[in-house]
Formats: sequence, structure tokens, C-alpha cells
Amino acid sequence: MSQIVVESLWKRFQVAERKPGFVGALRGVFSRSYREINALRNVGFSVEPGELVGYIGPNGAGKSTTIKVLSGILAPSSGKCEINGLTPWLNRQQHVKNIGVVFGQRTQLWWDLPVVESFELLRDIYQVPTRDYKDRRDELVQTMQIEDLLDTPVRQLSLGQRMRCDLVAALLHRPSILFLDEPTIGLDAVSKLAIREFIRKLNRDHGVTVILTTHDMDEIEALCERIIVIDNGAIFNDGTLESLRSRVNPERRLKVEFSENIAFSHDDVRIVSREGNTLHLSFNPNRMTTTGLIQLLSESYPVKDLFVENPPIEEIIAQLYETNS
Amino acid sequence: MRIAYISIISARYRTLLQYRAAAIAGFVTQLFWGCINIMVMMAFFALSSEEQPISLAQVVSYIWLGQALLGMLPWTVDKEIEAMILNGDVSYELVRPIDLYDFWFCRTIALRTASTTLRSIPMLIFAMVVLPLAGLDNWALDLPASMTSFLVFTISLFFALMLAVSFTMIMHVVLVYTLSGEGINRILPAFTIILSGNIIPLPLFPDWLQPFLNLQPFRGLVDVPFRIYTGNIEALAAGPDILHQIVWTIAFILIGRFMLMRSMGRMVIQGG
Repeated sequence: MSQIVVESLWKRFQVAERKPGFVGALRGVFSRSYREINALRNVGFSVEPGELVGYIGPNGAGKSTTIKVLSGILAPSSGKCEINGLTPWLNRQQHVKNIGVVFGQRTQLWWDLPVVESFELLRDIYQVPTRDYKDRRDELVQTMQIEDLLDTPVRQLSLGQRMRCDLVAALLHRPSILFLDEPTIGLDAVSKLAIREFIRKLNRDHGVTVILTTHDMDEIEALCERIIVIDNGAIFNDGTLESLRSRVNPERRLKVEFSENIAFSHDDVRIVSREGNTLHLSFNPNRMTTTGLIQLLSESYPVKDLFVENPPIEEIIAQLYETNS
Repeated sequence: MRIAYISIISARYRTLLQYRAAAIAGFVTQLFWGCINIMVMMAFFALSSEEQPISLAQVVSYIWLGQALLGMLPWTVDKEIEAMILNGDVSYELVRPIDLYDFWFCRTIALRTASTTLRSIPMLIFAMVVLPLAGLDNWALDLPASMTSFLVFTISLFFALMLAVSFTMIMHVVLVYTLSGEGINRILPAFTIILSGNIIPLPLFPDWLQPFLNLQPFRGLVDVPFRIYTGNIEALAAGPDILHQIVWTIAFILIGRFMLMRSMGRMVIQGG
């Protein structure tokens, strides 16, 4: 059975609107007009235990709203959601025992206390047995390499250090599901890599189900088998990176270096550019397979070198966001 | 679960104990305020020929206790809760397997007790030891009227704390609605502090106001415990007054819980 089941989830917000200018402000005192915004429109998906799902979309698409509904913070306007058999917003206290949450732009550590005291507080709040807590903490602290930070008050930590500690804090109670809302936002490359490695290990070695939202496409490409794309509150695509690629931009690129200058043309292949003896070819794999094209080229021309290129994922996503808006 | 609550109180308490400079500043201010207040009361008692419902010595003790325990009054909100509501960090409070009202109630107990411990000890030493040593006996805080008075006083003081915490919780829930510490939470303390008796002991208010003053909740914060301490309320006859504190505490808790439950339903947490 799926661990997370989401069906036809809607979330409507009412936003007070005010006409611009002084008259508008004055009118707002007496009568307010409201505009309805659908933050989620009919969102549905299911996640199996141990999956690592990337949840992406442009700013304001509804990523964080989904995470908040899944973690029991917000109640949706309508729809169904079951996680480990519980409805998050109805059984909030029971539900949150099984999940860990990290919001990249916030901290769950107590600002004025040393890191380790926040950990101990969480231990007591989640009722983690002392023995278990010690093992778990030592293991996490070691993997995240934060031994030296434990006695530092949180306000003195750098963003990267703090985020490592935040991740450890979210996992002390051994949740089976981890929601990560932009965990690497604003971090330097080293911290990003450390956190990425940590998430991978957690998912692979401990079987923790992870739902990750991010704007960092490298991260998505490195971590996630499955990607859910949300835009304007609705799910646009749910599948592998490959399926997303073929849906948005099925184009493949082939860079071919010939030993001499040749003339090449084919109905299904477009020449993107030419530099001396090197051609950049573009083709649709649905009409012309990569192997077919390579065979065709090497049979008829003096090919020196071949290089298959995929359009970088950033390009795909940018294209996706553009076509949708 | 009990351990969790104690940990929350203790963690927050330790954090708040860090504000020592504020405590020293507060001590000096309150010392000054206490002295002025006593001078006014002395002048008042000297010029009045009628017998007052509370003696000058009792008023002096009442004033010093009021200064020592000022931090316990619900006149401020928890700055962290305020910030959390404003910037959305409150979402982290909601992913804890713990009731939000109980969670914040614990934090509020720490808020109401931490600054009080820091300030009350020097204040009590000053008013009970230093003043008599300086020969200012009639300015000093007297010992409790009796051992029984003291015991009943500690019970009543505990309920005064609960009353203060449950009312502070209502102020916190108001924050969830208004998103701002300005406004209603600025006006409320002016009323609660006067009605508690902290500015002028309640027995000195006009007779026609007494029925109202006896009913309203805030006398349980100051007037009830301090009058028990000074013996103005007989310790063994204090049952109804302590019951008054308990009833209002329960009422505030129910109101606060209800308001918080309703506000959670309409809460919108903005931002990523």
C-alpha cells in the first residue's frame, strides 16, 4: 500500500483586495472585496515507502502549500490525504510523530540555546528514549559533521551550519517520512553537496521516504528518480526525469566530428550549428532513434567522434514554466 | 508527555534568565517606583482621619510585593511567539506532537516566572533586610502575618501565576488574529494592572466600586495573594478568594483554547 495518498486536493485562499491610492484605502475601511486564489487545484499523487520524490515548480506554484497540508499545518479546502493511514490535519499530533520537516527558510532550533539543548528538547517533545536518542544523535551528528557545533548557540551559526543542525533535528525521532522544503536555499556549494549526500544516504540506507522541493535542478537530477511538477496549483507532470524531458522537449542533441568537411541533410534531423568539421545535430527520438542516427552517420560519413547531449534540465524547466504561464 | 512540558518550561526559563541587564534596569526602576508609591501612601494616610480598610503597614508590604512580583503580571507577551506568528515560524510549532495551547502555556509559565525570579530576590532583600537595617522600619516589607498566612499565600500566589499565564495566553491568541503586538495588547495591560491592585491597593478604591472590583478577574493577580500575606484577608477565611482565582483561571483557559482552535482553522501561513 502506498505510504502517502493524496487525492483531489484543493486549497482556496481569500485575499483581501484594496484599490490603489487614498480613495481605495478609504473604501477598504468600509467594504472589503475579496479575491479567491486557488493555491491547489485538484492535486493528487501517491508515494511508495522509500521513494525520493522531487517536487518542483516556479515560485508561488503551490509547493509549500502542499508540504504544509501534508505535514498537517494547513487544512485543505477539500480533498483527501492519507499518510501512514492518518489524515494529517485531523490527526495532527499522531501524524507528526512519524514525519520530519525542514523548511529551508526557517529554523526549528531555539535561537538562544546551544544546539545540543534544542536536540534534547526535541527528544523530550517526541518522547525518544534516552538510549535510543544518544545512538541516533551520535550517528546523525557524525554524518553531518557537526560535532564542533553542538555547544554553540544557534544564533552564532552560519546558514550552512544551521541547516545541517536543522536536518539532524528533524530526524532525531526516526521519522519514516521526511519533507524538505527548499533545504539548500542560499547555501554554498560545499554545504549543498554535504546535504545532498546526506539525503541520499538517508533514503538509501534507512529507507526514509523523502519529498523534496527545490529550485536547484542539479539537486533534482542527482537525487530524484521521480519528479512531480506543479504549476499554478495543478500537477503538470508526474514521472521520471526522462518522461518529463520527453514531454516538454523531446529533442536530443548529437555532436559529431567528421574527419573532413561533409554535406549532410536529413528530413528528421536539424543542423543546429556547424564549426569546421563539427556538426551539432538536433532530432526527435520519437521519429529517429539515437542508435539509428549514429548508424546512418557512421555508415555514410567519415565520423571521427560522437557525443550525445541532452538539453540541460534547467533549460527544460525554464521551457516548461514558460509554456505554462 | 509530562517530561516534555517540564523541558519546555526549563529551556525557555534558562533562555530568559540571560536577560540580566534588563533585570537590573527593572530592579532600579521598580525601586524608584516603589519608594514614590510609599511616599504617596504615607501622605494619604497622614492626611486622612477616617479609618481605612487596610493599614499603612499592610499597604507598604503590599507595594513591595507588587514591585517584586511585577514580572508575573500579564503585561507583556512572549517576544518569540510574537515573532513566530509574524514570520511564519509558527509552522514548526505545528509539526510537534504536542497541543499548541499546552506548548505555549509552558512557554508562558517560563516567561512569567523567569524575570520574576531575577527581579524579586534583590527586591525582597532590599525591602526586607536593607530598609530595616537603614532604620527605615516603617518603609520595610514585613514578614507574613503568620505561618498560616504564608502557606495560604504561596497557594494563592501559585494560582495568581496560573491566572496570569492563562490571561497572557489570551493575549498570545489575539496575536494570531491581529498579527501585531500593537493595538489591543498595548491597551489591555493598562486595565489589568490597575484592576489587579498593583498601582493602588484595591481596598483603597471607593466603596461603590468594591462590588465590581471583587468580581473582576484581575484582583486574583495581586490583591488576593498580597492581602493574604499581610493578613488583611484572614488566611483561614481565604477559601472564596482562592476559588475566585481558580474559576477565572479556568475561564481564561477555556476562552484561550477556544479562540486558538478557531484561529487555527483560518490560519494562513505565508511564504516558503
